[in-house]
Order: sequence, then C-alpha cells, then structure tokens
Amino acid sequence: MTLERAQWRTVGRSYRIPLPALAAAALGLVTLALGLVFFVVPNDANQGFSQRIFYFHVSIAFTAYACFALGAWKALVHLWKRDPRADLESYVAVHQGLIFGSLVLITGSIWAKISWGHWWIWSEDELVLFLVLYLFYAAYFMLRFSVDPGPQRANLSAVYALFGVVLIPVSFLAIRIASGFIHPEVFTRHGPNFGGWILAGYCVSQVAMLVLAYTLYRVELSGKRLDERLRGLREALA
Amino acid sequence: MTTAETYVTAAYCTVFAVVLVYVVIIALKLTRLEREVDEIEERVEAEPAAEREPAHVG
Repeated sequence: MTLERAQWRTVGRSYRIPLPALAAAALGLVTLALGLVFFVVPNDANQGFSQRIFYFHVSIAFTAYACFALGAWKALVHLWKRDPRADLESYVAVHQGLIFGSLVLITGSIWAKISWGHWWIWSEDELVLFLVLYLFYAAYFMLRFSVDPGPQRANLSAVYALFGVVLIPVSFLAIRIASGFIHPEVFTRHGPNFGGWILAGYCVSQVAMLVLAYTLYRVELSGKRLDERLRGLREALA
Repeated sequence: MTTAETYVTAAYCTVFAVVLVYVVIIALKLTRLEREVDEIEERVEAEPAAEREPAHVG
C-alpha cells in the first residue's frame, strides 16, 4: 500500500449508542408511528384519509434535508480539519439524503395524484426546486466516482456537498411561496398548523424517520469502513 | 377500499419496500465482506508463520 493511500484509509469512530439499540429504537418508533397514523389520528377535515400520507412524507422530507445538512457539515469538518473520516461520513450522509429524497418524490407524487389529479406538475416551484436539490446531490456521485480515491476526490466532493446546502432553505421556502396549486403548509410562522393527535402523530413519525435514517447511516458507514479495512489488509498481504 | 385508501397504502408500502431493498443490499454487501474475510483468513493460515513479517506493536 502506498503512503498516500494508507493515509486516506479511515479508521472507525466510537459512538455512544450501540447500533443494535439504535435499530431496535427505529423499529419501535416506526411501528408506533404507523399505529398512530392508521389507528389513532382522526381524518383531516379538508383532505380526508389521503392526508395520512403527510405523516411520513413531511417527516421523510425533513429527514432528507437533515441528511444533506449533515453531509455538508461533515464536508466542512473535512475541509477544516482534513479528517478523512469526515469525508466518508459526508458521502454516506449524502447517500442517505438521496434515498430519503427519492421517497419524498414518490410519496409526494402519490399525494399529488389524489389531491391534484396529476403525478407531477412542472409549473409548481416547490416540486421543481426539490427535484433540483435531488438532482444536484445525485450529480455528487457522478463527480465523486469520476475522480480517483484520495485527497483530491475528498476535497472536490466536500466543496460540492457544501454548495448544495444552499438549496435546502430555497426548497423549504418554495412551499411558502407556492401560488398555483395549494401545497399544504405544515409549519407556519406561528408554529405547527395542527394540534392534538395529528401533532402527536407527526412528531412520533418525525422522530421515527430521523432515528431510522441515523440507523441506516451507521449501518452503511460500518460497511464502508469494513470494506476499506479489508482492502487495506488485502493490499498488505499481496 | 376507497381510492384514497389505495393511494395511502401504496405510499406506505413504497417506503417499506425501499427500506427493505436497502436492507437486502446491505445484507449482500455483508455477505461479500464475510467471503473476503474468509479468503484472507485462508491465505494467512496457508502462509508459514516464519515467512510472515513480525508485527510492530506500539
């Protein structure tokens, strides 16, 4: 193994919460959220049963934003401290953001079909801006895998991930300035736009999605680190 | 089942399916890593102890 490659091999980070405990918490919270959504919360007065998509759709959207923000934060840590662990963490966070972003687009399209009668409307800013954010981060992988592993790839990826974070508030605010069809506003300036069991259902769903995303992040990170260590061992034995 | 119920079920099933596919991909990756560890173990066991470089501790 060359010195440069050896320097860019990452070592594990110790976490306070063990992975099995996180996975169990994610399973419990998702089950509780599903129970609340389907058996406890009442139907919305305006949208009826179809509003139940929002418990997961909104939670998944905020989770995707959180993943992209984490990816940007880790990218900043990498550029700041030159910590190779932060590069891998940034990559995994962006990957998670893309998975949750795909779910936002799919669940949002399903809701749009029920409420608006269309799967997708190109004239709607909030839909197009989220798609722009999604495609921007999809291009992150094209950039990353077009450069050989090493400091250059890590630096380019970090700068790109950092720029993308600007699109998050733009995408979030687009829902407020939407003018054509009405995209429901879950949060207004005065707080959540609902209360009682609906608020409880949303809060549990949000926590469940965040814990699920963090669990998947940790699982993927462990796999990637193992992969790197094995590659290092292989090269050392060759 | 009403149209709204069908669509809501489809949305939640999609979320479940995506997470399940992700778990399957991770499981496949773990299987590959396990196989690679086995290969490395076999190579280390096959190599005579004298040929191995001494490990530097500390």
